[in-house]
Amino acid sequence: MKADQSLDCMGLYCPIPIYETGKKIEQLKLGEVLEVVADDKGIKLDMPAWCEATGHEFLGVEEEGNEIKVYVKKAH
Amino acid sequence: MAEKEKLAIVVFSGELDRALAAFILAVTGASMGMEVSMFFTFWGLNIIKKNEGGIRSKGLMRKMLNFMNRGGSKRLKLSKFNMLGLGTWMMKRLMKDINHPSIDELITMAHEMGIKLIACTTSLGVMGLPEDAFRSEVESVAGAAYFLGEARQSKVALFI
Repeated sequence: MKADQSLDCMGLYCPIPIYETGKKIEQLKLGEVLEVVADDKGIKLDMPAWCEATGHEFLGVEEEGNEIKVYVKKAH
Repeated sequence: MAEKEKLAIVVFSGELDRALAAFILAVTGASMGMEVSMFFTFWGLNIIKKNEGGIRSKGLMRKMLNFMNRGGSKRLKLSKFNMLGLGTWMMKRLMKDINHPSIDELITMAHEMGIKLIACTTSLGVMGLPEDAFRSEVESVAGAAYFLGEARQSKVALFI
């Protein structure tokens, strides 16, 4: 999936990827897509929950080896 | 978005592991757009005491209590396997190993995110703790009514 910005959270555990996503999303423009790259499997459920709570759009998960990429579209 | 959802947490325990759980939930809640308040009472006050200096309190029993129960984020112990500090030291190493923030770092993060840290006045009175025994991130002191006031309006209220 194509993204406008990427956030490297490899090696980081809950709650840091979510915390960093919350900060990073502020830097995006409306409609832009943020890619978060992590290896903590928790993010596969945490990110959709974060999107539901914050109102941003969860676009999906892609996995390559131990890299988990989640995509979020800034919605407000 | 509509009005922010609220998260209210009572932090009663003063152990490292429980403090971690409380701050991880608080910081995550704030990241999820929630308005978070943490109400520290009894042993939980140890987490937000200053690390430096002594604690001035009046009366022999309170002086003894505050000597034995000094507190401060750097003095917290695990609730299990402390093993005279060895277990706690190991847990801190393991956290560092996976780049997990320390309690100090979590307190800074919480403060920067606007999480309210409140100290319980009754505990301060019972234990003879002056307000200046606490770190600067602590916003104010309040009683049970304040917490329940927050909890009533909160989607989530936790006791840790």
